[in-house]
Amino acid sequence: MRPNDRKYTESHEWVKNEGETMLIGITDFAVSELSNGNEGDLVYCDLPEAGRILEAGQTFGEIESVKAVADLNCPIAGEVLDINPTIEDHLEVLSKDPWNQGWLIRIKPALKSLDHLMSAEEYEKFISQPH
Amino acid sequence: MKDTPLRDVHVRLGAKLVEFGGWCMPVQYGPILDEVTTVRNKAGLFDLSHMGRVNVKGPDTLRFLERICTNHVAKIPLGAIRYSLFCRADGNPIDDLLVYRGSDEVYLVVNASNTAVDLAWMREHAQGLQVTIEDLTDAQAMIALQGQLSTQVMQPLCEGIELSKLGYYKFGFGTFCGLRNTRISRTGYTGEQGFEVYVPAKEGVRCWNLLMDAGAPHGVKPIGLGARDTLRLEAGMPLYGHEIDATHNPIEAGLAFGVSFAPEKGDWIGRTPLEALAKAPSRQLVGIKTDGPRVPRQGYKLFQGAREIGYVVSGSVSPTLSTNIGTCYVPVGVGQPGESCELDVKGKRQAASFCALPFFSRTRK
Repeated sequence: MRPNDRKYTESHEWVKNEGETMLIGITDFAVSELSNGNEGDLVYCDLPEAGRILEAGQTFGEIESVKAVADLNCPIAGEVLDINPTIEDHLEVLSKDPWNQGWLIRIKPALKSLDHLMSAEEYEKFISQPH
Repeated sequence: MKDTPLRDVHVRLGAKLVEFGGWCMPVQYGPILDEVTTVRNKAGLFDLSHMGRVNVKGPDTLRFLERICTNHVAKIPLGAIRYSLFCRADGNPIDDLLVYRGSDEVYLVVNASNTAVDLAWMREHAQGLQVTIEDLTDAQAMIALQGQLSTQVMQPLCEGIELSKLGYYKFGFGTFCGLRNTRISRTGYTGEQGFEVYVPAKEGVRCWNLLMDAGAPHGVKPIGLGARDTLRLEAGMPLYGHEIDATHNPIEAGLAFGVSFAPEKGDWIGRTPLEALAKAPSRQLVGIKTDGPRVPRQGYKLFQGAREIGYVVSGSVSPTLSTNIGTCYVPVGVGQPGESCELDVKGKRQAASFCALPFFSRTRK
C-alpha cells in the first residue's frame, strides 16, 4: 500500500499537504515504468526555477530515462517555492525513496483543496487496470 | 501481438517485454547501459526471431531482385551478404535488408515492422516472373551472439564450420547444436564481431540455452532491444523509421554503399530519382554529441543561434563514448566535425557539437 497521507494523479504524481505548503513528487510506479526497475536507467530530471507560477495540470519539468522522457505535471495551481537540490546529482533517490527524500518541488498552493485527486486506495486501483 | 519461440525464456530471465513491430520482445533484462557494455567488452545473446526472413528461389530470382533491390545482387559473390534497400519509385525506402546470396536461392532478412509490407511489395513485383517467395519468419528462430568473445563461445557448439575463418558479411552452413545444415552468418547490428544463426523455431529454446550455458562462464548475458538500439547507433547503423523512412532516402542517409548505379544492373525501382540525388543531395546525415545531460531524441530541432538548421532522427545515452549522441539531418555544408550547435529540448537549449559517423568503430578505434 502506498502512503495515504497524500493524494495522487493519473499521471503518477503525488501531492502532500504540509500546512502552508505542499510537496510534489512522483510515485514508485512512475519511476519503475521509466527505469524498468533499474535506477541507472534514469539520466536526467529537469525542474523549474523557484518563483515560477504554475496552473493546475501544467507541465513543470521532465524526467528522462535512457529510452524515454516523461512530463512532470503539477496537480494544483501555485507558486514554486523550492526544488529538491539533491535530485540533479542523485537521481537514485527517486528509486530508493520517492515518497520522502525523492520529493521534487515545494509549492505555495493557490487553493488548498485536493479533493479532485485520488486517494492511495483509488490510485492503487487505477494503476492495477490496464491503460 | 506475436510471441517469438523464446518468449518463455525471456520471462524466466526477468525481461521487461514490450511491443515492437507487432511482436512481444524483451527491451531489457537489466540496466540498458550495462547490457551495452557487456556486448562491447564481452559478448551478448539476442533473440531476433521477430526479424522477417524470406527465401527467394526460381529461375528469375536475380532478375526479380535486381529490379526491387538498390544493391547489385547479381554481383554478390556466393556465400556473401550485402546491405540493400527496397525503394518506391520516388527513391524513398520501404525497408532496408540483408541479402544472402546462395547458389540456388537468395535469403533476405528484413525488419519486423515492415515484413508484411515487404512481402506484399515483393509478391506484387514478382507477378509474371518465375520466382517463389517463401516467408520463413515463423518457421525459424533467429539468434545473435555479438561481441569479442562470440567466436570462442560459439565454436564449440559448431561442427563442419570454422567461425574464425568466416569473413565479415559472409555466411556458411554447418552443424550447430547438433542441427545439420544450419545457416550461420558473420553479421550483426552492434559494430562488434558476431554471428547470427537461423534454426527451426522448435529448436530455438534449446539452442539459446546451449549458447547461454557456453557463454555464462565468460560473462555472456542476454541483451534486449534497448541496448541493441544504442549499439547500432554508436556503430552508425541506420534504423528504418529513424535515419531512413518514406521521406528519408538512402543517399542522404549516407548509405550509397548499398545502392548501385552500375549499368549492368539495368533499371530498378527508384533508380532515376536516387541517381539524380546522388549528384545533388540537399541534406546529409551527421552525428552530434551533447555537452550536457539532455539526450537527443527523434524530432528535436537543431539550431545555430536563431537559425534552425536541422533535426534529430535517433538519439541515445552512449556508455561507450561517455556522452549523449544523436544522428541528425542538416543541409549539405553544415555540420563539420567540431562545429557547435544547440539542441532544442522543448524550449530549452542544450549545447552540442557535430562529430563524424560512426561514433564508434572497433577497427578504427
